[in-house]
Order: sequence, then C-alpha cells, then structure tokens
Amino acid sequence: MSAAPIVATTAHKDSSQVRQKEMIARHFDRLAAAPDTGTRCAYTFVPGNLTELLLSFDVLPVLPEINALQSAMRGKTAEYIAAAEKLGHSEDVCTYVKSDIGMMKSGNIGPTGQRLPSPDLLLLSYTGCFTFMKWFELLREEYHCPVAMLHVPYQADGRITDSMRTYVVDQLKNVVIPKLEEVTGRQYDEDRLRAHLARSAQAEDDLVWVLQSAKNVPSPIDAYFGAVYYVGPIFSAFRGTADAVDYYRELREEIAGRIRQGKGPVTPDGEVERERFRIVVEGPPNWTSFRQFWKMFADEGAVAVASTYSKVGGVYDLGFRHDPDHPLETLAEYCLGCYTNLSLPTRIDLLTRYLSEYRADGFLINSVKSCNSFSAGQLHILREVEARSGRPGGFIESDLVDPRYFSAANIKNRLESYFQMLDQKRAGASS
Amino acid sequence: MSEDPRLTALVDRAGALFRDQALAAVREWKARTGGLAVGFLPIYVPRELLHAQGVLPVGLMGGRPDLEIIKGDAYYQSYICHLPRSTVELGLNGSYDALDGLIFPAICDVIRNLSGMWQMLFPKVLVHYLDVPQNFDPAIGGAFYRRDLESLSQALEARGARALTAAALRQSIALYNENRRLVRELYALRRREPWKVPTHELYVVLRAALLVPVEESTTMFAEYLALASADRSRRPQDQARVLVTGSFCEQPPLALIKTLERAGCYIVDDDFVQVHRFIRSDIPVDGDPLQSIVDALLTDAVASPTRYIADEVKGADLNQRAAESGAEGVLFCAASFCDPALLDQPMAVRAVERTAIPWTAFKYAENNGQFQVIREQAGTFADSIKLWSGA
Ligand code: SF4
Ligand code: SF4
Repeated sequence: MSAAPIVATTAHKDSSQVRQKEMIARHFDRLAAAPDTGTRCAYTFVPGNLTELLLSFDVLPVLPEINALQSAMRGKTAEYIAAAEKLGHSEDVCTYVKSDIGMMKSGNIGPTGQRLPSPDLLLLSYTGCFTFMKWFELLREEYHCPVAMLHVPYQADGRITDSMRTYVVDQLKNVVIPKLEEVTGRQYDEDRLRAHLARSAQAEDDLVWVLQSAKNVPSPIDAYFGAVYYVGPIFSAFRGTADAVDYYRELREEIAGRIRQGKGPVTPDGEVERERFRIVVEGPPNWTSFRQFWKMFADEGAVAVASTYSKVGGVYDLGFRHDPDHPLETLAEYCLGCYTNLSLPTRIDLLTRYLSEYRADGFLINSVKSCNSFSAGQLHILREVEARSGRPGGFIESDLVDPRYFSAANIKNRLESYFQMLDQKRAGASS
Repeated sequence: MSEDPRLTALVDRAGALFRDQALAAVREWKARTGGLAVGFLPIYVPRELLHAQGVLPVGLMGGRPDLEIIKGDAYYQSYICHLPRSTVELGLNGSYDALDGLIFPAICDVIRNLSGMWQMLFPKVLVHYLDVPQNFDPAIGGAFYRRDLESLSQALEARGARALTAAALRQSIALYNENRRLVRELYALRRREPWKVPTHELYVVLRAALLVPVEESTTMFAEYLALASADRSRRPQDQARVLVTGSFCEQPPLALIKTLERAGCYIVDDDFVQVHRFIRSDIPVDGDPLQSIVDALLTDAVASPTRYIADEVKGADLNQRAAESGAEGVLFCAASFCDPALLDQPMAVRAVERTAIPWTAFKYAENNGQFQVIREQAGTFADSIKLWSGA
C-alpha cells in the first residue's frame, strides 16, 4: 500500500466533543440522582424515540442500546453476554438484549460508572425491529413497572400511508400520553412539546449539513465511524434540548472550518491526510473493536462518505424535520421513517443514491449477526446495489457487542482485498 | 400404521400433498376453476377473506429436507434461519409460479424483509405485507387492521378476484368455523387418546390442508377424525405426554416429529401449522363479518411469541395448554436463529418452572437430517418423566 494516509496529531478535542462529553456526564448525573430527586425515567429505544414528548413531561430517557454499545467499548460485554446466556438466553439472538440483561444482573452500572435508576416506565416503541418488543417483555419481568407500547407499522410499500399515521397518532393520544400522565402525575402540555420540537428541527438542520459535508472532496468527516459521535446527541437523550441546538451549531462551524482548510476527517489515531477511497457503508459498526475497525479503514485512506447506520435514529437527509405545528403527526412520521423501518427496495434506492451523490468508489456492508432487521436481505442488497450503481460492493461479517464474532485478521484481509480491488479498478479505468 | 385401508389411503393422499412442494394441486385447482391462488407465510392470515373473493389461500411453510438449496443460500447469511432461503429457492425454481400473490404476515424481521425481496424478485405478483396490529384496542389496532384487510381485499380485486361482499364473507366464515372445529376435535382426541392420532400423521394432514380448498380439507379432517377414532388397532403405549412449543414458523422435519414419538413421547399439544388454530373459537357469522374477523384476531388469537402480551402474565397461555392437555413435560423446540421463539423462551421456561413441569430444549432446522442427539435427549427426558410419574 502507498504512503500512510493518517497523520498523527496531538490528542486534541474539538470544543463540540468537549461539549458532548459534558452533556452526557450531566445526563448520567441526573439519572444517578433520580431516585433521590424523584425525577422519573423511562427506558426506551433509539429508532422511533419520543424524546421530545418525554422531555415535555420532564421524564429522562435511558437507552439500553446505547448502554450496550458503551459497555462493549469498555470491554464489558463478553462478561454480560455470558451472564445472560447462563440464564438461558440463546446464543442465536441479538447481543444488545443479552448485554443489557447481563448488565442489569451485574448491578446496572451505566457507562459512566454510576448506577442507573430502575425505570418508572418502559416506553416500548419498536420502530424497525421486532426484537425490541421481546426485549421489553423480558425487562418487564424484572422491573414490574408500567409499559406503554407504541406499535409502529412497517413501510412495506415504500411509503407512509394515512392509515399508518392515524394508527400511530391514535396510540400516542390514547396509550402513550395517558401512561406518561399516570406515571408523572402531570398533564400533557402541547406547548411544551412544540417548543422541544422546534429545537429538534433546528438541530436536525445542522446535523444534515454536517452529514452532507461529506460530499466535499476530500470529505471533512467520516460519515460512519465519525458520524457515530455526531448522531449521538440527536439519537439519544438530547433531541429537543437547547444543548443539542448548541452542540450541532458548534459542530457545524468546526466542520465548516475543516472544509475551508481542505482537511480530512479526524480519527482516534490522527487525521486522514489523504483520502484514497470514498466508501458508503451499510449496517451497524462493531463496538467491541470499534477503534481497531475504524483504523483498518483509516490506514487505507478509506473514508466513509455516507452510511445507513447514521440514519437508524432518523433519516433526516431526505428532508424530514420535526414539525412543531403538527406535534403528534410529526412524531408519528418520525417513527415511521427510521432507516430500518424502510422496505428493502427503499434501502437499495437510498444506497444507490448515496453512491452517486457522494461520488463514492464503492460500498461496504458490515453484516452483524445480531440484527435480522438490518441483516436479513443484505446479500440481495449487495447484488442489487452493485448492479444499479456499477460500483463494487464488499461484504464483511461481525457482531455488535459480542467479541466472539469479531475476527480482526479475517476482516482486515477482506478489507485489504476490497481496497486493492478498488485500486485496480481505478487503474484499469484510467489506463 | 393402521389396519383400516381407508385410513392408510387418506394418510397417503395427505402425504402426497405434503410432499407436493411444486404445488401441483394448486395448479390443478387453477386450471379447473380459473381462480386466483395466493400464498401466505406463517403464521396466520384470515383465509376467510380470500375465500370469499374466490381466491385459494395456499399456506407456505418453507422447504422439506429433500429440497436442494441451490440459489437460496446466496441470499442469506449462515446466522439466519432456514425458512427464507428455502422460500426463495422455491420461488426461483418455479415451484410457486402458480401463485398470483404472496402475503407476508408481520411476525419477525426476516419475513418482513423477505416481503421487500419478493417485490423485487417477482415484480409481477401481488405482494402484501399484512401488518398485524400489536395494539388490541378495537378503535385503534382494530381500526388499523381493518383498513389493512380492506386494502388487501382491494388489491385482490384489482388482480381479478371477486369483490368482497358481506354475504360471501359470512359463508366463508361459516366454512372455516367448521374447518377449525374439526381441527379442535382432532387435537382433543389426541389429548384424550394420543395413540389414536399419532402426531406425525396429524401433522401431514394439517400440512396437506394448506394446499386445498377449505371444503376439501374439511372433508379430509372429518374423515380422518372418524377413521382414526374408530381404529381399534391403535392401542396405548407407555409413552410420556409432552407439549411441543416454539415451532410455529419454520417447521421441524417430519422425521424429527417421528423421532420424538419413537423416543417415547406422545405429543399432546404443539404449535405446528398453527394457522388452523390461531383463532381459538368460532368467529360470529352474524353482524359485520369483516369486523368479526378483526375482533377475532384482537380477542381470540393464541398468545404467540410474535404478539405483544400486554396485561396477561407471559407464559400463562402455555401453562394453561399444558394443564389442559395433561402434558407431563414441555419440549422447547425452536428453529435455530428464530428470534421470536428464542427470545420468548426464557420467559416461557420461567413460566413452566413455576408449575414444576419438567422441560428440555433443543433447536432444529427444517433441512436437518440427523436426529441422534435429539433422540437421546428426548428419550432420556421421556424416561425420566415415566420414572417420576410411576414413583
Ligand atoms: S435486532 Fe437489531 S435493531 Fe433490533 S434491538 Fe437488536 S440490534 Fe437493535
Ligand atoms: S423461523 Fe423465526 S426468525 Fe425465521 S422467519 Fe420464521 S419466525 Fe422469523
């Protein structure tokens, strides 16, 4: 391979990163103090989360998927998964669930080392995946707390119908809101909700700007590994807060600065100085070896210019924004529109579109064992996107948080051959 | 085995239909009637609606072990269950050419994603994703489901099916009520006298019924019920009574069912071919028939792991079935990588443990050919039950 595309920089944190870290720390402090302060908390999921609605009731969200991925990054999940499997959970099922159950059985210590409060409500909205439903059925047996179920239909024909929207809004009005009122003893306040939604839309504008900055050559961001950090606040507890608005404004300014200076993305090992390959990525990352995985790309000068994982908590780049003028309808549309709730043909269209709009050299699928929602059909996606775009696809397999399924040597080999193939194609095209 | 040749002949006929992976019976029905045939995947679709529009509902349950998978494996990674790859294989090898459409009920992410794949692989056929509600309030989930059924009905009509009328739907409901009643009777007979209704036989009869019009399957059920209950050559043996659960979608190979029986188990309840029993009782034929179908799903469907169990205790339904069937043990028998079954299992196990009924668990794939390990496991399990029940 040619000269190393990464330039080591001194460990410098952008101010947006510092801000995000502080936001997260404050959130977990509030959660840890919740049993004393009486603050209510709801466990809920990332895709289709109703953060603005929760915040309008002063309920703090806890997101078990985020806890699972954080546990993986801290090297805890092998032990958690083993604990869950010992309790009879199958080796075949989603490791997020097992990690969460193992964490709970090990004292429910969250990513910041503080104990997480037990939920006052399990807000079960399972946009894009059936496992969520089983997950909260399992948690309900542990916590014996109220559950509010929001069933979000699937966009099987590639569109949101009036019937789907009505169904979700009906449930928000008649199931979710009454349950929040019951749990908090407060009344639904639509004006508060609108204010949160307006802030969401502001932050979403800036997030989309940041994600689309990868259309620049070189891209100033990595839209897969790096985007994990960028989508963090909006996918988790902060959408609809002033903190999120400030974070995304600041992030946007920082990225604008990188574009002005013609800089590539920052990785944990330094800056990508020379962008050799522009890649679109489908599928979630592996979290147990996240840095190592990222480095395998960065070492080759491969920059992810678009990814589908950064859309699991909302596909904002297609135009959707939370709309304060139609609060419940907009929440319904949001839930219905998350990436894994899109039909396979729609996912294929989106990937093909990314390849051309982001002038990518090819695309890679990281197929994770845990997640049928993502993975069932990815081999078909591979062939279809290749055929439509004329760009080569690569396929690797790993898992989300189970270290047993991350074979570093194997994945590195595959990636190297893939990048070599891209190189040869390019050489062939220019000769 | 039976000493009545009519029973042997009936089971042979059913066996031929069960082995009919290329749907010859459906082709023949289409040639005879000129009607539309629409396939459906597990677990449940309201077949009454299709029947009322003159459409033949055809139950598809993946492939048998002798199906050679040539293309299907190229569509699925090794960690995904087997049913979608055999379904794709059968689609691509032309076995499903007779079908004018396919309905994919919302039971898991695999079936869900397969619906999109089908749209692309077979653009000429109707593909309907039946988004079964998980909210069971008639005004909310019920209203949504009704709208979904109406859109299915319109889509069928657009393909040339008859328009749906209340009168036709009432008649279809009555026919399926009778059909389901006979299945309930067969299950009741097996509970009372499991030696009269060996499960490997009942299973084949239930599978055969997926490919023929309801009128024909009702006759088959009635004849089988009469002949099996009258067969005096079938005598009780010293077997353990077990309930098998977890096999509601991808089906175990027939040889696995036989293995369990040979290992000393009487299967006294199961969730195989569950479409026949998904709605537990008769659907009213008076009033608004479409609403009756909707209400049946909301209030009278089995507590499948694919449905959200809101207020009841998880596993209560399983325990009730175990008690009613007099099961002495529970076999958790799920397809490998089957999310709904395997995620549900820890809760179901806990529920069973509360009743102190012994249980054991194993997994299978529809194309398994070796059952030595399962045979030993089930044999030991059955022996221990017999030992304790005799103590
Ligand atoms: S199966 Fe996939 S979408 Fe569902 S909870 Fe697991 S990782 Fe998330
Ligand atoms: S066997 Fe299980 S996971 Fe596979 S399609 Fe059926 S329900 Fe889904």
